Amino acid sequence: MSNPRTTSRMARREALDAYLFVAPLLVGLIVFTVGPVLASLAISFCRYEIFTPPEFIGGRNYAELFHDPLFWQSLKVTAIYSLVAVPLGLTLGLAVALLMNQRIRGIALFRTIYYLPAVVSGVAVALLWVWIFDPSYGLANVVLRWFGLPSCEWLASPRTALFSLILMSLWGVGGGMVIYLAGLQSVPQHLHEAASLDGANLWQRFRHVTLPMLSPVIFYNLIMGIIGSFQVFTQAFVMTNGGPVNSTLFYVLYLFRQAFNYYRMGYASAMAWVLFAVILALTLLVFKSSALWVYYEGERRR
Amino acid sequence: MGERANGGMGDPDRPLAQSPTLPFVRDEAMNTRRTTEYLTKGTTYAVLLAGSVGMLLPFLWMVSTALKAEDKVMAYPPQWMPNPVVWRNFIEGWRSLPFTLYLRNTCIITGTVIVGVLLTASMAGYAFSRLRFPGRDILFIVTLATMMLPAQVTMIPVYLMFRDVGWLNTFKPLTIGAWLGGGAFNIFLLRQFFMTIPLELEDAARIDGCGSFGIYRRIMLPLVKPCLAVVAIFTFIGTWNDFMGPLIYLTTPDKLTLALGLQFFQGHYGVTLHYLMAVSLLVMSPCLLLFFLAQKYFISGIALTGIKG
Repeated sequence: MSNPRTTSRMARREALDAYLFVAPLLVGLIVFTVGPVLASLAISFCRYEIFTPPEFIGGRNYAELFHDPLFWQSLKVTAIYSLVAVPLGLTLGLAVALLMNQRIRGIALFRTIYYLPAVVSGVAVALLWVWIFDPSYGLANVVLRWFGLPSCEWLASPRTALFSLILMSLWGVGGGMVIYLAGLQSVPQHLHEAASLDGANLWQRFRHVTLPMLSPVIFYNLIMGIIGSFQVFTQAFVMTNGGPVNSTLFYVLYLFRQAFNYYRMGYASAMAWVLFAVILALTLLVFKSSALWVYYEGERRR
Repeated sequence: MGERANGGMGDPDRPLAQSPTLPFVRDEAMNTRRTTEYLTKGTTYAVLLAGSVGMLLPFLWMVSTALKAEDKVMAYPPQWMPNPVVWRNFIEGWRSLPFTLYLRNTCIITGTVIVGVLLTASMAGYAFSRLRFPGRDILFIVTLATMMLPAQVTMIPVYLMFRDVGWLNTFKPLTIGAWLGGGAFNIFLLRQFFMTIPLELEDAARIDGCGSFGIYRRIMLPLVKPCLAVVAIFTFIGTWNDFMGPLIYLTTPDKLTLALGLQFFQGHYGVTLHYLMAVSLLVMSPCLLLFFLAQKYFISGIALTGIKG
């Protein structure tokens, strides 16, 4: 009974409904994303000290960034953190997930324990770790003494502060682990059986069965890890405030200072765009490389 | 052949000749297999246990400090079992700043955000998964693309905008985004979940004269409850612990959230560590409690995000 007229009326009705459903999103995208992105780009080419009207200065903010030692320092701190904490976290998370994926009793309990730190975050955790890293009475040095090791300055020394924050990030390794665990459980058992029938040993099965099947999950964790590591803020603000001697001056902390302590909105916007470019470049790099190492089931390859 | 119970790494099916481990029990194949298995399991347990200690020790340290008398906090060697146990620390710590007010503020913000996210993200997710309309695919791609955009890029213009409409030092900047889309990631998650619901249910309702809104509210929403729970949980944790947003927008003492209050507390009461740890523990506790109560949603939710992402 459907003549073209009623069909098109129904389709119009459906589209109208749909626009109502996505209306909040659409408004949000325009007001809080598209508009501000354009505005941010424009502001990044202005001198804009918040109380005076913006003044167009071309690429001077970007040029200044290039000569700003603190900008380079913040980039360096963030890059080191990303380069060390992300791979370390990925590997450790995978290792724990592999251990837990064995058929042993008490897995549920272990999983709960390892995931627990990932549930808490923010200022409370940062304050806890400030106390743990206390050079005189903190837990970290208590543990070192258990093993007869010399105590450490932790956050108090520019040589160890960033390293301490990396160590702290490993406490949250359970978040990635649970994702790996879910991935591991979807690796079909028959693949492992076939491999062992062919005489593959433990390492070979890990290397040629588990790892390829898990590569999409590793890929996901890697991308999320990179993006997260470039946006570290709370720890740096609460625990060290960038110190000592700027050894933990993370990129977003420096950006925040430029914007909300010095009110240099143009300069901070330029920093935000550089951050965006860096994250985008890294993400694209990982995406491009993924063709070489990420295996998707159902995808045929020569 | 599918009956074999071994699923792990200590595989006993390896021919003995290729097994380099444990040369001293070579007399019987069974023995070797069992011993290897026990050894592997033993090592696994040992490593997992050691790791568990590492995971739990910071929590124990926190609880222990929170329950100590002031003069015992800095004792050396550290006292793991506080003696005396000072439960009062929780009350006195909580009262040393208006934390009840901060709690109220945090609850208002978190509650408003969760309701907004659940409503508008599920609406968008439903439209993307089920309704046909011009521009759908491009809108979906743009929405997903915003996930790649660091918040810092939009932070400054959005701040200036809220300043111009006079919303600084109100909760509105922290909550309105949730009511306008509710986050690309949540929309994506819900859309994926809506996709798994059989079309027939919807068709049947449509034939019975149910419109899109009726279908969304009466059929789809009840069916995606598990996914809504996951979204709600992660939104709760994210908003409860949010620091940068409140730091930028809230300035007067009566508007602070728990996260800001804690940070303020640290600055003013730097030495009273037992209070600081007690209040930190209280601030963390809703997240911990939620985790214990809704563990299955956490685990399934994470699996969902990781696998489908």
